[in-house]
Amino acid sequence: MIDLILENTVLTIYVIVPEKEVGDQLIERLRKEWFFNVKGDVLAGIVVALALIPEAIAFSIIAGVDPMVGLYASFCIAVIIAFVGGRPGMISAATGAMALVMVPLVKEHGLNYLLAATILTGVIQALFGVLKIAKLMKFIPRAVMIGFVNSLAILIFMAQVPHFWGISTMTYIFVAITLLIVYVIPLFFKAIPAPLIAIVVLTSVVIYSGLDLSTVGDLGNITQTLPSFLIPDVPFNMETLQIIFPFSIALAIVGLLESLLTATIVDDMTGTESNKNREARGQGIANIINGFFGGMAGCAMIGQSVINVKSGGRGRLSTLVAGSFLMFLLLVLGDLVVQIPMPVLVGIMIMVSIGTFDWSSFTYIMRAPKADAAVMLVTVIIVVATHDLSKGVIAGVILSAIFFVSKISNIEVHQRLENNRTLFEVEGQLFFASVEGFVDAFDFSVSDKDIVIDFSSSHIWDDSAVGAIDKVVLKYRENNNLVKIKGLNSSSKKIVDKLAVYNDVNATISAH
Amino acid sequence: MYNRILLAVDGSENSVRATKEAIKIGSSSPNCKFEVISVADFSKAKIEILHAQGKEELELKRREKLAPIEQILKQGNVSYKIKILHGEPGPTIIDYANKEKVELVIIGSRGLNSLQEMVLGSVSHKVVKRVHCPVLIVK
Repeated sequence: MIDLILENTVLTIYVIVPEKEVGDQLIERLRKEWFFNVKGDVLAGIVVALALIPEAIAFSIIAGVDPMVGLYASFCIAVIIAFVGGRPGMISAATGAMALVMVPLVKEHGLNYLLAATILTGVIQALFGVLKIAKLMKFIPRAVMIGFVNSLAILIFMAQVPHFWGISTMTYIFVAITLLIVYVIPLFFKAIPAPLIAIVVLTSVVIYSGLDLSTVGDLGNITQTLPSFLIPDVPFNMETLQIIFPFSIALAIVGLLESLLTATIVDDMTGTESNKNREARGQGIANIINGFFGGMAGCAMIGQSVINVKSGGRGRLSTLVAGSFLMFLLLVLGDLVVQIPMPVLVGIMIMVSIGTFDWSSFTYIMRAPKADAAVMLVTVIIVVATHDLSKGVIAGVILSAIFFVSKISNIEVHQRLENNRTLFEVEGQLFFASVEGFVDAFDFSVSDKDIVIDFSSSHIWDDSAVGAIDKVVLKYRENNNLVKIKGLNSSSKKIVDKLAVYNDVNATISAH
Repeated sequence: MYNRILLAVDGSENSVRATKEAIKIGSSSPNCKFEVISVADFSKAKIEILHAQGKEELELKRREKLAPIEQILKQGNVSYKIKILHGEPGPTIIDYANKEKVELVIIGSRGLNSLQEMVLGSVSHKVVKRVHCPVLIVK
C-alpha cells in the first residue's frame, strides 16, 4: 500500500516537468497505470473473465435479450473502460442493476431501442462526468445506498423465480447442486471461480445424461463473431427520444450510482485514490461505443471488482485482460454456451443475489436512527414495487432530505428575566421550515416591556427567516414594547441588514 | 533482545491481551520498536463502505477500534507506529513480516468458534505456519 501511495506522489511530480520530458513522462505514466503489476493483472483478469461469462448471460436473460447482447456489452465496456476509466482495477460490464431497468423497454420496443437508449445513457453519463457530477454522490445518504443494494439483490432473486419455480424436480435438484458447488468448492480450491466449475461440470452431466432441462439456447442465440459497428435501427425522431429518454436517465443514474460506490470500495481495498469524474465520463464513453457495437448498457460491478482486487488485479491491464479474454473464450467456446442448463445459471444468480444483499441491514434497522431505517426500507419497497432502481433511489434521497430538514428545523426559544428586561434566547437554525415554530414561541400579549432577542446560538438563513424576525419585532412594538436584537453572527447580520424592515421605526406589518 | 517486533491487532479482547504481553517483552530492550499492524479485511470492504458516510468516517472508525491498544502502548512507554493495511488478514500479516524482516511476531489467537476455524482457518495458525521468524500467540 505504501508503495502505491509513493507512486502516486511520483506521478504528480512528473506532471510539472518541462515539456521536453513529456515523452519520458508518458512512458512513466504508462508504466504506473498499466504495467506496474503485469503478472497480478493478467492472472486476475483471466479469473474475472471466467466469472463474467455466467453473469453476462444471466443478465441478458433478465433484460430479455439474446445472451450475445450482454456478452458483447461486457467485452466492449471492460475493454474501453480500461483506457478511459478513472478507477484502475475496477471491473465494468453488463450488470444486473442495469438489466433490471431496461426490462420494460426491451419488452415493449425491442433490442434496437435498447441500443439507442444505451448510447443516450452514455451521452448523459459523459455529460455528468464533464459537469463533475460525482460531487453529488455525497448527497446520497448511506441509508439509500444500503436500500439500493438490498433491492437490487431482491430483484435479481425475483427475476430467477420463473426459471425454476414449479418446472420440474430435476430443476430444483440442479439449482441445489449448483448452490452447493459455488459455496463449498471455494473453501478448498480458489484458483478457478466456482460458478464456472459448476457450469462446466453440470453442463457436461446434462449433455452426457440427456436430462431434459431448459438451456440458455432455449432463450436466445449465441453467435461466434466479434461485435461489429452498427447504427440502431430506430427512427430518429422525437417519438423515439420520448420512448428512450426516461430509460436512459434511469440507466445513467443507476449506472453511476453503482459505479461510484464500487470505485469507493476499490479505493478502500487498494488504499489508493481515484478520479470519480473521470470514471463517470469513462462510463459514458464506454456505453456510447458499447451501444454502437450491439451491447446493452452496463456499469461497474461490485462483486467482480472485489474478485479482481482479491485475485491481485490493481491496474488498467486487469480490466483490459478481463474483457479480451472473455471475447476469446466466447470465440472458442461459443457452441457450448447455448447448452448451459438454465437451473445452473439460476443457482449462480441466487448466489449473486445473496452476495449482493447487505445482511447487516437487519441489525442496521434495529440500531440506526429511525429516520435512516425508514429511508432504507422505503427505498427497498419502492424499488420492489416499481421494479425501477432509480425511482427507489430518488424517493430515498428526497425522503432523507425531508427528514434532514425536519430534524434541523427544530428551533427553541428560551425566555428569562434579567434586570427588568425579558430576554429571549433563540437556539437553532432559522429558515423557511422553522419560522413557524419560531414565531409561535413568542407571547405577544405583553405591553410596555423591555425585550431583548438573542441570536447567539442561531443562524439566519433566508428571507423567510428575516421576515419572521420582522414580524416578531413589529408585533411587540404594536404594544409599546421596546425590542432589541443582539448576537447575530456576521453572515446572519448581513442578510438581516439587507432585508429587514424593523429598523425602520415607522414600519408596520404588511397586510398579508 | 528483540528490536523489531510486529504486533498484529484487530481491536479484539485477544489483541488487547497480546498488546499487554508485547509490552512485557518489548520493555526489556531500550531499542525495541513495535510495528503495530491492523488489517482492513477485503471481505468486509463492501459492508464498511456501505455503512460509512465517507472515507473520513471510515478511517476514524478504524482508528477508534484500535484506541484501547494505542492507549496501552502509550502507557507502556514503548516506541511504536501503527499501520492499517488492506488485504486478507493472514496473508497480509505474513507478507509484511517476511518482507520487513521483523524479528518477532506477536498476535492474539482469534476467538473464532471451531466450525469457523475449520472452514476459514485461523489467522494465527496461518501466521505461525508461514512466517519466517518466531511467533508468539497470546491466548
